[in-house]
Amino acid sequence: MTDAGTPAAAVRMQGIVKEFPGVIANDHVDFELRAGEIHALLGENGAGKSTLMTVLAGLYKPEAGNIAIHGKPVQFGSPRDAMNSGIGMIHQHFTLISTQTVTENILLGLDVPGFLIRLREYDQTMLELGRKFGMAISPSAKIWQLSVGEQQRVEILKMLYRGVDILIMDEPTAVLAPQEISGLIATLRSMAADGKSIVFISHKLNEVMSVADRVTVLRQGKVTAAGMPVKQTSIPELARLMVGRSVTFAVDKPVKTPGAVLLELKDVCANNDKGLPALKDVTLQVRAGEIVGVAGVSGNGQSELAEVITGLRGTTGGTITSGNHQLANKSARVAIESGVAHVPEDRSRVGTAPNLSITDNLIMKAYRQAPLANGWSLNYGLARKNAQELKKNYAILAPTIETSVRLLSGGNIQRTILARELSGKPAILIAMQPTRGLDVGAIEGVQQLLLQQRSADAAVLLSSEELDELIALSDRIVVMYEGRIVGEVSQPSEKDIEQIGLWMTGGAHE
Amino acid sequence: MNDAIVYRSRMPFAIKIEPRMSVPRWLGPVVNIAAVVVALLLGMVILAVVGGDPFATYAHIAQSAFGDRYVFSDTLVKATPLILVGLGCSLAFRMKLWNIGAEGQLYIGALCASACVLTGFITPATPQVLALALMMAAGMLGGALWGLVPGFLKARLGLNEIIITLMMNYIALALVNFFVFAVWSEGGFAQSKTFPRNAWLPRASEYAATFDFLSGLTTHWGIVIALVAVVIMWYVISRSRWGYEIRLTGDNPRAANYAGMPIVRNTILVMMVSGALAGLAGMSEISGVVHRLQGTISPGYGFTGIIIAWLSKLNPFAVVLSSILFGGLILAGREIQPSGIPRLIQGMILFMLIASDVLLRYRVRIVRTR
Repeated sequence: MTDAGTPAAAVRMQGIVKEFPGVIANDHVDFELRAGEIHALLGENGAGKSTLMTVLAGLYKPEAGNIAIHGKPVQFGSPRDAMNSGIGMIHQHFTLISTQTVTENILLGLDVPGFLIRLREYDQTMLELGRKFGMAISPSAKIWQLSVGEQQRVEILKMLYRGVDILIMDEPTAVLAPQEISGLIATLRSMAADGKSIVFISHKLNEVMSVADRVTVLRQGKVTAAGMPVKQTSIPELARLMVGRSVTFAVDKPVKTPGAVLLELKDVCANNDKGLPALKDVTLQVRAGEIVGVAGVSGNGQSELAEVITGLRGTTGGTITSGNHQLANKSARVAIESGVAHVPEDRSRVGTAPNLSITDNLIMKAYRQAPLANGWSLNYGLARKNAQELKKNYAILAPTIETSVRLLSGGNIQRTILARELSGKPAILIAMQPTRGLDVGAIEGVQQLLLQQRSADAAVLLSSEELDELIALSDRIVVMYEGRIVGEVSQPSEKDIEQIGLWMTGGAHE
Repeated sequence: MNDAIVYRSRMPFAIKIEPRMSVPRWLGPVVNIAAVVVALLLGMVILAVVGGDPFATYAHIAQSAFGDRYVFSDTLVKATPLILVGLGCSLAFRMKLWNIGAEGQLYIGALCASACVLTGFITPATPQVLALALMMAAGMLGGALWGLVPGFLKARLGLNEIIITLMMNYIALALVNFFVFAVWSEGGFAQSKTFPRNAWLPRASEYAATFDFLSGLTTHWGIVIALVAVVIMWYVISRSRWGYEIRLTGDNPRAANYAGMPIVRNTILVMMVSGALAGLAGMSEISGVVHRLQGTISPGYGFTGIIIAWLSKLNPFAVVLSSILFGGLILAGREIQPSGIPRLIQGMILFMLIASDVLLRYRVRIVRTR
């Protein structure tokens, strides 16, 4: 157990470098965790928070840097090594076996209960361990019977039972309902009071302010604030440290007066996959020849927003209209036939059929209508001819149009999707993270295509995690936080970044 | 994902496995044939180990399956239900619906087709074309119904179609047994009375008066029906819009949903068509071969159909060739041994086929390291 009296920090990471192909996720990061504290690790998506903690948990080996636990230098070859040093990490996606009980899941992988398992005795142990930290659990319940919040408690118990005294939680509140969040915070507090050290990865500022003792902020793999006591900082300051500013790249955007309203959402509500409200009274208009940017930390309702418009998700209230068409609670097919094009967030798992050819992937939306459709049959000759043209016009780099899409690079997959979606001359374009993960040249090409749609009088709804990109391309930006539109900026410019950052992180509520 | 895997050894070379950017047209058939050849070679090894003469055995198999037109005709008789069942399986597999209930669908098809005759709905006075058309329709309807149940449960409730189709095989078999023992039993035997002639699919030998070379051949009209089904299936899968939906849904259901395709409806429809083809095979067996309903109609055609679908890489034309090969194996196998070696060779062919898929997706190269 921890001896809180010693001056050595529970964790000291120095000069950690972790590279992935094309990106430096951690660029000489220093991090210090004291015994008995709750330390928030703050940053945007892709800032390197999770990477840093995955290194600490022994899942990644850093290229450079060293780690000391309670003053002792360590080198982890595997998560088991980290576990032996008392470090445990709870990921966003739980690693529980849904058909087994709580107790069985906690004991899983341990050598403790020999060959004969007397589960009753262990049930009692688990119950007491839970009670000690204010967690109500039923040890004999099967995991599938539990809510997400209860499953998270099982994960925490798993760590506690293994004697972890340094607990890393990766965005623990992202999956929880509000009342579960307060329960979790109480548990974390009592664990800290017991001398355990907790790292709390988050990008919600008010949560950080209310839970953490100290905060470390990362931006683009670098530390912008190290171990700052939360009492000495403020939400606006944290927002600035987190979002920061970088050079806005120049995009040649002609002046244009938006036309008629092509897409209108009124008080739209919808649930996420877990059945929790993800969209709350969203009201939004997009006009012809206008790009409306949606800013927000991912997971605040942007995906659900795109899905309700494109017919992939039902709504629980409100209306979505495009001209005379009602789009709420209709099928994807209705949306497609009403002229809604969709560049999905997940290119390979939603946007394409990986083992089919480029030709087959290009006709995914148009195969129902003439001239491609001809009675029951499909005009493959025409499909191939179109594919040749699109391959040339959209610069899809592939050996032939018969090449399977799975063999293409990310940029070429995205170009294939854009070729398909834009060649249908859409009235409305929903573009989700269209430049994510692409290289600079590809990004520029995608941005030009979006601006071309604006010139062609399409209504474009653009969601991106790159604020610079949103500011450069959008005529208006709306900011989403916890399923609501919490702010809007017209003709955005670089000086609006701070305000947007504040809205994005829920800072404006304070 | 596109990285090459390199296995190093102490030898002065390494084996490198890289994903293929494109698959040449000739490679698929070549790899398939190679897989069958390797399986046959392994079969020879096993024959030698158990003390047989591999060359004589294979020569005997070839002789008794493809030796002259009489035995080849018998091979075609065996191939007929295999083609139909193989087509049904390949359609379902296209959509990644693992229908392993073709055996049951075949039995129900046979039951429904027989019912038309045995309930007296078709009398000896019914015109032959009408009688056969009715039996075909009934057989397909029965098979479709047996496919509808798992299709519906899969599409609506997300139940596992493998388990349901497998279990429904036993129900179908028991149902047929009930009817042949309790309802239509002839003299207490597990078989009904023989159908009237107008309920028989005519055999080739019946046309011997006009075409001399057909005399003595057992092949019946079922093979023609099967070949027509092959052409229709080819059109559906590679030329129709429905076939496109099936291919896309099979590869990525989420993309199909995103493209607005009716996945639930197609799941049910595909299972029904798959079942209907197996049901048609059942009709063809009772009407073309045994001419009565009996407890044993199929020596496992429904399961062999699964192997055939894989062997032909879900290509309808290849289904014909694979079915003839397996028809020959079934026929000749009985000449050698009632079970055992012939089954073993079938199993090894399936095994080699699945393994050989790696060669189509990856290029294996041996590179010098020193």
